[in-house]
Amino acid sequence: MEESKGKIKLQVLIVDDESGMREGAARCLRDFKVEQKDFGEIICFEIRTASDGAQAMKAIEEKSPDLLILDYKLPDMTGIEIIESFDNPSFVTIMITAFASLDLAIRATKRGAFDFLAKPFTPAELRVIVKRAVKNIYMSRKAKKLDEEKKRCRFEFISVLAHELKSPIATVEGYLHLMNEKFKGNEISNYDQIINRSLIRTVGMRKLVMDLLDLTRLESGEKKRTIETVNINSLIEEVVENVSALATRKKVNLEIKCDPKLSIQADREEMEIIISNLLTNAVKYNKDGGSALLEVKKTNNNNFSLKCSDTGIGMKKEELKKLFQEFVRIKNDKTRMIEGSGLGLSILKKTVELYDGEIKVESEYDKGTSFNIFLKGVVPQKESIDLITSEK
Amino acid sequence: MPKKNKKTILVVEDDLDMLEQMSIYLQAHDYSVLKATSQKEGEELVKKNNFDAAVLDLMMENQDSGFVLSYKIKKIDEKKPVIIVTSVSNKTGLYFDKSEDSGSWIKADVIIQKEVRFEQVKSELDRLIAMRS
Repeated sequence: MEESKGKIKLQVLIVDDESGMREGAARCLRDFKVEQKDFGEIICFEIRTASDGAQAMKAIEEKSPDLLILDYKLPDMTGIEIIESFDNPSFVTIMITAFASLDLAIRATKRGAFDFLAKPFTPAELRVIVKRAVKNIYMSRKAKKLDEEKKRCRFEFISVLAHELKSPIATVEGYLHLMNEKFKGNEISNYDQIINRSLIRTVGMRKLVMDLLDLTRLESGEKKRTIETVNINSLIEEVVENVSALATRKKVNLEIKCDPKLSIQADREEMEIIISNLLTNAVKYNKDGGSALLEVKKTNNNNFSLKCSDTGIGMKKEELKKLFQEFVRIKNDKTRMIEGSGLGLSILKKTVELYDGEIKVESEYDKGTSFNIFLKGVVPQKESIDLITSEK
Repeated sequence: MPKKNKKTILVVEDDLDMLEQMSIYLQAHDYSVLKATSQKEGEELVKKNNFDAAVLDLMMENQDSGFVLSYKIKKIDEKKPVIIVTSVSNKTGLYFDKSEDSGSWIKADVIIQKEVRFEQVKSELDRLIAMRS
């Protein structure tokens, strides 16, 4: 199957001992075109002919056709014998027979013929059957391509993952070797830095594995969801508690603006993933002494938004583009010291998608980044009325 | 230079763990180590010129950081031994062959590719420093 832009050429081999039949069929298909409207592609045909079994076998071996139009009764052998001599034929066969016998049709189909055509037939009949066969060829090839693409994606994911897992192991192994050789003497305190770095790398690796499990559960749809009433403010308080150690270390000031009464209908764990991701990133990619602000608001109808802005290191435009790709970590002078699995934002995005939501990111290099998340249909109507009155 | 006979090696590497491990290894084998974690930091130290040889990572802020640093080192002192360490051939399929033309524009004495072994770096350093003195 040769392809150029929107045009696909199928190789057809017509095998019949009657020259009139051969030429007739060839003429009938030469200018015939089958359109695949859904894919915007047109299929046309390149035709070769053969007058007996030996010639047909030779032609197939030379260049395997996509479609074989084969007379059952040939001077030197039968059509079925020809199909049988190819173990796993890459072509689709239409068998032509002079006597429309059911028995023969069944035998031919069993041996791998796709369809059959009884002599005599009109050009229109031939075209109908060819069209059907072409559709079959076309669809099975599209499916195969899709399958290959899937395999390639999977392979790529696995090889990146393997690399991500190998790197911390190799590092810790390196440190252990140095300790084993006692390159820093017999005093255990000489090894503080080595032990500390090894711990950081193993913790990072564990985080990667946990994130990976989260991500696969999200993608497979196997994660159990419990939609319940979640008070956003108290959930944020819990998350802040977890992030505060890191924030204190980096002297980042965390500010939260959230109506204490705001409750939404959501899965608690998923909301925690979203909030935790936002706050952790706002601290991790901040500057020492910087600040971060998380604003949670009910927007119109029963939607709500979370906006997290920081005064952090920010991103360049080209870095911003790659932000949500799996295992992509923006690598520059400022992020070098920051640990991360490279999966956090992929997880965030997938979680937000569960709520038919969207994420907007704005960032200015060296100034800060702001994540704006919109979730749809999570604020119950009744409570939103309560909120409006309580706001007044 | 700190001790009389101790040679000082400038190690420039943006992978902190690799830098740490290389330093510990070289220090354990009687070298002093000057550390830099980026091309930029490396350039500052190159200017001071108080080291006997350099081990440079190829890819840091830039794809060719190691080459740039090597060029700057050799401009000050053409005979100063420079080793470039890289795993670039694994990732990009690039291959540097010192024996052919490329050697004339890549201003480094040794290019160590693929998995870096500290023993190999050390023995190359020993050899190059001995050749010079």
